[in-house]
Amino acid sequence: MLRFEPRAERSRLWTWASPLLALALTVVVGMILFAALGKDPVRGLQMFFWEPVKSSYALGELMVKATPLLIIALGLAVCFRSNVWNIGAEGQFVMGAIFASGVALMADPQSSRFIVLAVLLAGTAGGMLWSGLVALLRDRFHASEILVSLMLVYVAQMVLGYLVYGPWKDPAGYNFPQTKTFEAVTLVPRLMSGSRVSMGLLLALAGVGLLWVFLFKTRAGFAQQVGGLAPDAARYAGFSSRKALWTALLVSGGAAGLAGALEVAGPIGQLTPYVPAGYGFAAIIVAFVGRLHPVGMVFSAILLSMFYIGGELAQSRIGLPKSITGVFQGLLLFCLLACDTLVMYRLRWVRKQGAQ
Amino acid sequence: METYALLMASTLNAGTVLALAALGLLINEKAGIVNLGAEGMMLCAAIAGFATVVHTGNDWLGFAAGMGAGAFMAAIFAALVIWLGTNQYATGLALSLFGVGFSAFAGIAYVQEKLPERSHFSIPVLGDLPWIGTAVFKQHPMVYVAMALALGLIWFLYRSRAGLVLRAVGESPESAHALGYPVRRIRLLAVVLGGALCGLSGAYISVIYTPLWVEGMVAGKGWIALALTTFATWRPARVLLGAYLFGGVTMLQFHLQGMGVDIPSQALTAMPYVATIVVLALISRNPTWIRINMPASLGKPFHPGS
Repeated sequence: MLRFEPRAERSRLWTWASPLLALALTVVVGMILFAALGKDPVRGLQMFFWEPVKSSYALGELMVKATPLLIIALGLAVCFRSNVWNIGAEGQFVMGAIFASGVALMADPQSSRFIVLAVLLAGTAGGMLWSGLVALLRDRFHASEILVSLMLVYVAQMVLGYLVYGPWKDPAGYNFPQTKTFEAVTLVPRLMSGSRVSMGLLLALAGVGLLWVFLFKTRAGFAQQVGGLAPDAARYAGFSSRKALWTALLVSGGAAGLAGALEVAGPIGQLTPYVPAGYGFAAIIVAFVGRLHPVGMVFSAILLSMFYIGGELAQSRIGLPKSITGVFQGLLLFCLLACDTLVMYRLRWVRKQGAQ
Repeated sequence: METYALLMASTLNAGTVLALAALGLLINEKAGIVNLGAEGMMLCAAIAGFATVVHTGNDWLGFAAGMGAGAFMAAIFAALVIWLGTNQYATGLALSLFGVGFSAFAGIAYVQEKLPERSHFSIPVLGDLPWIGTAVFKQHPMVYVAMALALGLIWFLYRSRAGLVLRAVGESPESAHALGYPVRRIRLLAVVLGGALCGLSGAYISVIYTPLWVEGMVAGKGWIALALTTFATWRPARVLLGAYLFGGVTMLQFHLQGMGVDIPSQALTAMPYVATIVVLALISRNPTWIRINMPASLGKPFHPGS
């Protein structure tokens, strides 16, 4: 019979092969799903893996969606590496979008171009405020950060709803629940004409470098992670677990808030009830599939962005509901967790079985 | 007076949704397993139950379908967590994310469907009593099932041998293993049972509580149910009480809206979530108290023989 045998140490090969195997499994299940729904599986796959990369315009759209995913995931990696379970990045993203919109709505066409900086900083502050609440409740009251951060997602969505249906509604907007479109000066500059890719992509890539340096080259980054790997060792070394908690939550909240700001002051250009697109949750998957490694997450962010675009194409071209994206996201994380067993264990064929 | 009787009745109804799920999660956690997938299981059960009732017209088959869906998803979770030793938080989260996506995907064909009008339930004689009849005795049978379940769990956990074994597995899996109990199989059973109850709760939402299908209609009730087990310091009677309390908060929101109170509707809708955060902070304030009451192995993996 087949048995799992513990490895002496983590397999480096499987650390990186496991996400690929998980992706392969997800694709197989996806093809079966397409076939079961009476759609051509090959055409289905094309929507997800070929259409998003086949033209320079498509590639641009791929980057537009990968940018927020990557920025949020970079922050979450700090959290998960320090064993802080912030699963409410979606709420921090929404709060960032709201704060950024607050600044953007104050602008007029004569405003200085530098107002973009204020918009982005406000978004970051909004996200940090929301995750800071989680840190405060965890630090002072020992409340589970999992439940608090998740509950705050719903609260953030209500705040958004209140603003766009109430005080911030565009008076000239035919009663649609949305703000007026932002002044051009408040929008994040685009990288090139003919594509919606903005400077946000450069910020995300800078974030990759920053996180890499922080995690692997600074003492603070080391101290941050020891608490997650070995709490007792961290305490012995005098690394403050409270500081690690606050750092993790403020960094991830700030990143999610920045992503929210880039989104409203970028591709969307106004605050609407459709700002929350699930990026905050998808970024959790990006973080795990990218192995919490800054460079790994670049690839997983692009992959999850493909899932988003593939879902939209599957809806418009072959008549499948867009929510198929969520199915694939969940499947991918499931398969990954299962495949990760191979990092710690090896499969062995054992002829005769002993005790359990 | 009659208004308050109706408010009381709707509180019990809303509390039942939370109670069924939270009691299921309590069984999981007594065995040492946290399943963050409650929200996802409830959503899939909600669409499974709803679709079954649309096709068969039988509510009880709908409940059964919901329980089946919940139990099936919980079994996958259990296989990963118990045998492959994956992280419980991450796996539960995966279950929730998958459930949210899958239910939206599977439910697309049922968005416009409506269920037939239900006849009203009333317990003979008791239902005709003034006030209390309206408040308590004209409920869907599932409301009483939830109450009976809480009582049954009290007996099971604290008076029966099997319940003692379950608690032992949650407190110290190593000791239970040393005594020869099949720790992993007991945990599997607890997780599947918990999933079935979450599924029942999900089906109750889409079949009785708000008889329709809307994407994401569970709206965080799975997460509130998870918080409830902590509020109740893992005791069934307190879980039931807490569920009614939060059912009350949910209903108060509609009540205030109906009275035309000048508060934005979003602030009222946010109430149950804010209340969850506040109560969670108050209860968790004393970490020693939580540690005494929490099953000692909660969230920790167990590998026999290691």
